[in-house]
Amino acid sequence: MIKSLEELKQIRDKYKDVLQNREAEENKIRILVGMATCGIAAGARDTINAIVEEVRNQNLDNAIVVQTGCMGFCYAEPTVEVRFPGQSPILYGKIDAEKGREIVRRHVKGGEVIREWVLRG
Amino acid sequence: MAVRMELLVCGGTGCQASNSNRVLEVLREGIKGANLQDEVNVLMTGCFGFCEKGPIVKVMPDNIFYVEVDEDAARKIVAEHVVKGRIVDEKIYREPETEEKLPEQSSIPFYRKQIRIALRNCGKIDPENINEYIAADGYMALAKALTEMTPEEVIDVVKRSGLRGRGGGGFPTGIKWEATRKSNSDIKYVICNADEGDPGAFMDRSILEGDPHSVLEGMAIAGYAIGAQFGYIYVRAEYPLAIHRLRVAIKQARELGLLGNNIFGTNFSFDVEIKIGAGAFICGEETALINSIEGGRGEPTVKPPYPAQVGLWKKPTNINNVETFANVCPIILNGADWFAAIGTQKSKGTKVFALAGKVNNVGLVEVPMGTTLREIIFDLGGGIKGGKKFKAVQTGGPSGGCIPSEHLDTPIDYDNLTALGSMMGSGGMIVMDEDDCMVNIAKFYLEFSCDESCGRCTACRVGNKRLLEILTKITEGNGEMEDLERLRELAETIKDSALCGLGQTSPNPVLSTMKFFYDEYLAHVKDKSCPSGVCTNLLKYYIIPEKCVGCTACARVCPVNVIHGEAKKVHVIDREGCIKCGECYRTCRFNAITRK
Repeated sequence: MIKSLEELKQIRDKYKDVLQNREAEENKIRILVGMATCGIAAGARDTINAIVEEVRNQNLDNAIVVQTGCMGFCYAEPTVEVRFPGQSPILYGKIDAEKGREIVRRHVKGGEVIREWVLRG
Repeated sequence: MAVRMELLVCGGTGCQASNSNRVLEVLREGIKGANLQDEVNVLMTGCFGFCEKGPIVKVMPDNIFYVEVDEDAARKIVAEHVVKGRIVDEKIYREPETEEKLPEQSSIPFYRKQIRIALRNCGKIDPENINEYIAADGYMALAKALTEMTPEEVIDVVKRSGLRGRGGGGFPTGIKWEATRKSNSDIKYVICNADEGDPGAFMDRSILEGDPHSVLEGMAIAGYAIGAQFGYIYVRAEYPLAIHRLRVAIKQARELGLLGNNIFGTNFSFDVEIKIGAGAFICGEETALINSIEGGRGEPTVKPPYPAQVGLWKKPTNINNVETFANVCPIILNGADWFAAIGTQKSKGTKVFALAGKVNNVGLVEVPMGTTLREIIFDLGGGIKGGKKFKAVQTGGPSGGCIPSEHLDTPIDYDNLTALGSMMGSGGMIVMDEDDCMVNIAKFYLEFSCDESCGRCTACRVGNKRLLEILTKITEGNGEMEDLERLRELAETIKDSALCGLGQTSPNPVLSTMKFFYDEYLAHVKDKSCPSGVCTNLLKYYIIPEKCVGCTACARVCPVNVIHGEAKKVHVIDREGCIKCGECYRTCRFNAITRK
């Protein structure tokens, strides 16, 4: 039973994440993970799941995580691309789950490009 | 593990009819087969509005919009898109004229000009899960009204927003609420009119199916504003899915205490009951609706007194339509100024239109008031089917009128449509092309009004029947010039003398087609011909000698053997015995047969 505005807000915040996937506005930061055969074979599924979790943990309402096809860097899979609205994309290579989380924390949240992992951009 | 991808399958009546339930199962099986059920979620949402292209599956957050998804396509979407991140090309929407592929919903012209307020959650949330509604700020407006605002302040916001009734009347909602508030009584009622009956209109059904809580919440706010503790939703039996979703929603809202006693710990209590109507068009008229809930015949009574004074069980009653209630919560949350900034001077906010007829993109669109008919039909609707020529658009259902091409640039609002001899109605929009006969269209709507007349007043019961007889006479080729005069005179008389809204507006299709398409009436009466080739009795079939190659195909299909001619020589139709079935016309591959 909800007996106050506060209790309603608690339920709203608890389920807010559910709708985050469904609000793909153009002014959001997009994190693209290469999920073609080469990417999956190199462990991209672990990477994308880790990134999704980290985005939720850090409460980044303005970021969405999208899987994409082969980006043509099969030697450097898993690949992760970070696109801030209106900026040129930054592509990272050989990103495992742990590095994925770090990209979310340092780049997406903190705005710092992690130079040593960058493939392009 | 957090869900990183969601597949939203349309669960509106339209898409369910084209098997979206099975598509949902196939998607779920496929995702389980790929062992992705913890990362990828499949759910059924309300209507996306793009009914022409259903079943619709939308992949989020990729924002990829798949159309006409069958079982095979569903398997492919799992194998390619979900597992490998590759878009399934053949199921992407293509622009009908340019063949351009538009994978993202926001780039599809059908959606580009839409502003979705009433439909804000349709196609976004699972309508059978109250938590998703709450996540989308659901019940926040009710909480705000109950804990921060007085009933007078709520009424003031609704009044200043400029919201007008979306069911057809266009009466200012806030003034209606105020009148009911001022009526002195311990017991008052809120009624949601979900007796949607205009041919081709289905926005209320879509809202109930896709976002039932928004209606419940709107009703509760109205209850608080006028001082009512009880509400009825009057919904027609033809809407089983809407009824089911409403039942689920009411149950969930009661469980969370959002309906019931002492909502949000205040002393306001409100509960809702569903009343299922038997599907009579007249029961959308508010006094007839009240009679029907009370167990009487669905017949209107004379106003005044208005329901705001003497309504259900003789108590003050506030009746609003589904779409009106769906607009209430955003107005409370965002304020009157926000809503009043959208639309035209006298018609604020948006309106949902049901596009149907000879238009490429049949479906539901929500656009700001003041959008032109041309934008709706040609930009959102994608133009006329088969590249034919636009003739007219019928708005407002059987009470509305037909608007011709010279008025396509009229900004749509309540007053402009009334000035054109039509009306907003509930927002049905039926598009007609050059192949439609306007006399026949008027006859069609009149047949509907005759069927649905409750029979209480003579003007409507007898008058409409006589109108229909005259129209039938004209379409059968027996019309005289005096009939046109009689038609107009009788139509005006019914308009002036009928008891309720149904009778007063039922001659509108006749009057508006006579106003804008008088030449078609003249052709039927004077020349005994139907320019669009619809009225069978008036058609005469000819073979054009220059085009006929003597293939004998027409002679072979003629059921009464009145087409004569030798092979490889020009044929002729003996019109004496011709029954005008049109088989020869449809069979000829050389366009050698015409009809006039």
